[in-house]
Amino acid sequence: MWERTARAADIASPAALAALMEQHDYLAGEGLATAVFLALKMGRPLFLEGEAGVGKTELAKTLAAVLDAPLIRLQCYEGLDAAQALYDWDFARQLLHLKAAEAAGATDVKALEGEIYDRRFLIARPLLRALETQPAVLLVDEVDRADDEFEAFLLEVLSDFTITIPELGTVAAAVPPTVVVTSNRTREVHDALKRRCLYHWLEHPSFDREVAILLRRLPSCTEALAGQVATAVARLREADLVKPPGVAETLDWTEALLTLGATHLDPDLAAATLGAVLKYREDQQLVVKNGLLRDG
Amino acid sequence: MGFVRTLRAAGVPADHERARGFLSALAHLDPASEQDVYWAGRLTLCAGPDDLPRYDRCFAAYWAGLRPGPARPAMTVTVTRYTATPAGAREQGAESDSNVLPATASRIEVLRNRDVTRLTEAERAEVHRMLALLRTAREQRRTRRFSPAAHGVLDPRRTVRETIRRGGEPARLRLRTRRFKPRRVVMLADVSGSMAAYADTLLRFAHALVRAEPRATEVFSVGTRLTRITAELRHRDPATAMAAVSGAIPDWSGGTRLGEELRELLRLSAARGAVVVIASDGWERGDPGLLAAQMARLSRLAHRVIWVNPHKGHPGYEPLTAGMRAALPYVDELVAGHSLGAFEELAERLSQ
Repeated sequence: MWERTARAADIASPAALAALMEQHDYLAGEGLATAVFLALKMGRPLFLEGEAGVGKTELAKTLAAVLDAPLIRLQCYEGLDAAQALYDWDFARQLLHLKAAEAAGATDVKALEGEIYDRRFLIARPLLRALETQPAVLLVDEVDRADDEFEAFLLEVLSDFTITIPELGTVAAAVPPTVVVTSNRTREVHDALKRRCLYHWLEHPSFDREVAILLRRLPSCTEALAGQVATAVARLREADLVKPPGVAETLDWTEALLTLGATHLDPDLAAATLGAVLKYREDQQLVVKNGLLRDG
Repeated sequence: MGFVRTLRAAGVPADHERARGFLSALAHLDPASEQDVYWAGRLTLCAGPDDLPRYDRCFAAYWAGLRPGPARPAMTVTVTRYTATPAGAREQGAESDSNVLPATASRIEVLRNRDVTRLTEAERAEVHRMLALLRTAREQRRTRRFSPAAHGVLDPRRTVRETIRRGGEPARLRLRTRRFKPRRVVMLADVSGSMAAYADTLLRFAHALVRAEPRATEVFSVGTRLTRITAELRHRDPATAMAAVSGAIPDWSGGTRLGEELRELLRLSAARGAVVVIASDGWERGDPGLLAAQMARLSRLAHRVIWVNPHKGHPGYEPLTAGMRAALPYVDELVAGHSLGAFEELAERLSQ
């Protein structure tokens, strides 16, 4: 029996890493396994790009499980600032402390100042938390949604894994966390950030791999159904859709079919569950009009 | 290292730091295995999906011992740029001419309303100079970030800081307000055969837009394929920018397949929340039905869609081309784009 977890230093090759990830139901291709392996060995962040739903976020979760480390997730959005991503002071408690000190008759202003800006009044946000936790897997999800200002301080954190807090000093990570940065490519991320990372473009899986993923993730799924679904999805990806389905949609769809007690995919069932795989009205109309699910 | 240089010549941004990453990645893998070398290079040297086919090509060629002449792709670009330089030289000459003959207000007024295709060389240079001077303001959009302000909502962070400074006495409230940013403009400039006479002026207008707000403007050329030319337009000097653009656009004076190109644009999600300016005469070579469907999506995603049609400025114009008719229901504003005056008006519209 394989070990389910391992320390980063003990993983000998990309193949060994892929085997470990398979223990956690994640089937990584050779490229992805090499990418993650190098990220662990070189201590560099891994920058993952690809269509939505190809398993970028899932990879970080699996990696955390493999390394038996907590997953610290930072979901990016426009306007994300230092107080949300790095750290914030707990103002309410600072004020309470001040009042209490006043009531006790403290007069030494300098000492009071030192007490106020103490580590216990600091709220660690994801980036600071990732530096203080060891080991940790830090997932910076959908970095393309954040704006340029955020990229600038992310760059600072990722290049030397330190955060400088003016009132407290510099926090450095003894062991740098394993960092996975994902992007859906809705915006070109600055090259300076990419340069510090290993870059990997994640593709939709091949037919065989997709069938394997379905069988692994959904134990009640039969091989026949998995094959039919994978064929249908491959055809949908080739059709000219607004949003081609990713692996996540394939899994959702199969799960929906299984819930309905299906053992094979027929056009009526497919039409009834189309909402699990296609999320745009135009796409559904196109598929129905062209009869893409017939003889599927 | 020879491999890295080959890649760089093919347009992959394999800089020094990336090359170092490549070497240290190899140290962790098996340098004798072709697979391992392939992935080590792809992971460390590439920066985007566009690089991957180039990388694959170079890798195959390099390890087959072919070593494609690294200078060749770079040379092609240089040649194209040089062919376009005379236009720049001519413009500089014209500029010194206009110093001798100072442009009077009335002359500019006449030029302003004249169709750009009916100008003499000197007049055209004058119009280009005016376009380069065009200062375009932008519509403002409220962001999710705050900045300190005299009026607004309570800023807890700075208020507490102030209170602590005063020893716990809540003496003064600090306020903050939402910050504003210019709204993004995405311009599509048609460089197909039917628009050839106007393309130069359009691109010069695009240059003025990029120069005014480099971070909030995206420009694409449309023809038979969508090409992003924002980076080329960032040059300060219009002549240099035009030369770079002419090198970057592969499909000058071809047909227009606007429907497919719009779909490509929407796939890039560049249009979300932006003011989209489409400069074209609507001579659609592809399926008008597809164009209509893509325009419908665009109008739902974009903040505003402005269609610039040079022929709109001509008296008696009717939107009759199939493409124009398909797109019209989804266009917020249809404006002219045939003269300096029309472009000034367009710039005015973008600032509202």
